[in-house]
Amino acid sequence: MKHSRRKFLKKAAAGGSLLAVGIANPFNAIIFASEKPEDPSKPWWGYGIDIEKCIGCGRCANACKLENNVSKEPFYFRTWVEQYTIKNDGEVKVESPNGGIDGFTQTVPEEDIFKSFFVPKMCNHCYKSPCVQVCPVGATYESPDGVVLVDKDYCLGCRYCVQACPYGCRYIDPIEKVVDKCTFCYHRIIKGKTTACIEVCPTNARLMGDLNDKSGELYTFLKNHNCLVLKPHLNTGCKLYYNELNAEVS
Amino acid sequence: MPPQLKTLIPLFILFILAFLIARHFLVPDSFGKEGHYRFESVEDNKEMPMFYAGNEACAECHDKAAEMEYDMHADLTCETCHGPGMAHYENPDNKLIMPRDRSFCGLCHASNNTRKYKLAQVDLEEHNPGMKCVECHNPHLPWEIAE
Amino acid sequence: MQEHFQYLYEMLTQVQGYIYPNEIDLQWGLLIVLYPYITGLVAGAFILASLERVFNVKVLKPTYELALLTALAFLLVATMPLISHLGHPERFYEIMITPHADSAMAIFGFVYLWYLMVVLLLEIWFDYRREIVIWSRQEKGLKKWLYKILTLGVTDLSPRTLRWDEKIGYFVTVVGIPSAFLLHGYVGFIFGSVKANPWWSTVLMPVIFLFSAMVSGIALVLVIYMGVSYLRRKKIDMKALDTIAKYLFYILILDFTLEGLDQVHRIYEAEESFEILSLLVHGPLFLTFFIFQIFLGTIIPLVSLGILQLYKPGEMARRTIYFISSILVLFGIFFMRWNVVIGGQLFSKSFYGFTDYKIRLAGSEGLLWSMVWIILPFLILAFLLWLLPPWKKAEAKSI
Repeated sequence: MKHSRRKFLKKAAAGGSLLAVGIANPFNAIIFASEKPEDPSKPWWGYGIDIEKCIGCGRCANACKLENNVSKEPFYFRTWVEQYTIKNDGEVKVESPNGGIDGFTQTVPEEDIFKSFFVPKMCNHCYKSPCVQVCPVGATYESPDGVVLVDKDYCLGCRYCVQACPYGCRYIDPIEKVVDKCTFCYHRIIKGKTTACIEVCPTNARLMGDLNDKSGELYTFLKNHNCLVLKPHLNTGCKLYYNELNAEVS
Repeated sequence: MPPQLKTLIPLFILFILAFLIARHFLVPDSFGKEGHYRFESVEDNKEMPMFYAGNEACAECHDKAAEMEYDMHADLTCETCHGPGMAHYENPDNKLIMPRDRSFCGLCHASNNTRKYKLAQVDLEEHNPGMKCVECHNPHLPWEIAE
Repeated sequence: MQEHFQYLYEMLTQVQGYIYPNEIDLQWGLLIVLYPYITGLVAGAFILASLERVFNVKVLKPTYELALLTALAFLLVATMPLISHLGHPERFYEIMITPHADSAMAIFGFVYLWYLMVVLLLEIWFDYRREIVIWSRQEKGLKKWLYKILTLGVTDLSPRTLRWDEKIGYFVTVVGIPSAFLLHGYVGFIFGSVKANPWWSTVLMPVIFLFSAMVSGIALVLVIYMGVSYLRRKKIDMKALDTIAKYLFYILILDFTLEGLDQVHRIYEAEESFEILSLLVHGPLFLTFFIFQIFLGTIIPLVSLGILQLYKPGEMARRTIYFISSILVLFGIFFMRWNVVIGGQLFSKSFYGFTDYKIRLAGSEGLLWSMVWIILPFLILAFLLWLLPPWKKAEAKSI
């Protein structure tokens, strides 16, 4: 009895120190994706967005549709851009006409604006993906290098994953009747190219990289900025990190 | 054993066997190789066609640096404005788009308080209405303004 | 498809505030409202039947077989709205051959098959085996052959074998009660486990689904019993009816309490999502939530059934009140499913706005097809009552 109690205290102490290290860790965004795969020699893809740099031109959303044959109708987006306007009276206004592809206008007069910024959105390629968890047949899965993919030849079209995604990143392809989503341009990145959205971004607001590569672009980005993920309380293990993310963004 | 069970148990066993046999033939070959999914689907995803060629592909023929002389747009990739270039890369006869509308330049440069301090902003309604931006501004050298 | 886009453009004009662009296309429509509704009716009707058998409530005997057959008729249709809403209905078998262990939805096929084959069909078979054998000897033509097949070759009517029918049937019923709980509690879990959706994500969801299932199933059997008696011009057994209504009343109290607890808990905790959910129930869901589900579907039946527990007017008045209360309960539970399924998708997961949903007439998600899935179980029930009439059981005598 006494022995097991001591053992428990010991464990608790170890846990406590671990937690302290976790909190003291300066790359706080990494905590959310802490359960990394065991093999660090393989790539493990993650993505970074610098809200500070985004100018809301919507070229990423446009290029994504062209590269991935996404329907041109304004109801289907693998990536889109939102314009947030926080007014002086505290009201938050969000808009994303046609996902930002046709550009944005700011209708709130300058003197009423407390803060305003653009937020590009896309699949977070969560490590503990709710969408992968709920797929009844294994038609959506995390690839060995950390990209959440869809098996379009196997998807039932039951839409449970669309319901389970907290970020609204999935839609049902109106032609193929199966689910579709961002693939990190998987067909490009495995050939050494970058994604279409990153390719066309005029301000380098978007970047991606291997989270196992400690000297890589993404890791450096995470070290140099105080990055956050969306909806961290849902503990989905997002691998999409935002610099300058405001609490108003959801 | 009651006669009911003598009939029902074999029936149920038969049903389960039929299910297992059907399952054996219906499950795709590569299913479960890495995780609970069809492993070949990863290959399917890799084989999607590319439409954007990438900046390096453009550089194989075009010397962007020489043409744009490190002006403001030098950091942009060609395909940001000229659209997907893979078809052009594979066969130069396929021409790229050259957007000339004011609205296209306005995607970045139209006045918007959200990005006001990030880049040059123009009020499209007041700034030389009716003219095309490219009549004065060379998009490759935007700070060289034509007479 | 163009028609669908047109609908979406129309919905786009109805958006209030901000929603994610992919959310305009609402994923689960009327068919998915029907799915928990129908499975709930199955589970409820079965539990009512089990009461008679396991807890030996003799007064319910007149409705025992009727409840079982009702459960079977609805269970046979339960998967149809699900399968027909799929993008690729022809791939539905994948859920049986490669069920994903992590997915709350994956074992539905197995839960369903277990319930259909091991519970309902077996219980009905054991209950009717004696009569099926007798009818297979007495009837002629097609009906004779149907009965012959249904005997599965077990034609032994010795007292020993008949005792086995009773014993195994009892055992199946005992297994059946947790199975019925599982079937519908599980349907609740499919919604309750979606952490992305605060309107669904509550631990009480499976329990609420279960109790609302019992309420709706009991109300359905009550209505069907009255309807069948009317069509057969037979006198209704008022003792059975009073007892069913009593159960309906008690379980309705439990159901209402649980749902109330859920809402009180939400209001008191007032988490991040509270504002948007509050706007939801006071705005787009006001009619279906406060008026249909709570007032018409719960409070009026609760009050009227409650009064009947204290004061007993004549049979005619009681029958009328029971009938109207049951119809209201069925109506209310339908809108409870509606409020869960549709309500959970009307607000954006960004918590910044609302979309809209309009029922369309045509199309696989439309009103016409949904009506088919509602009417079909009644046709199946009519067939089952023709094939296995409960009222002829007592008359069946071995030659």
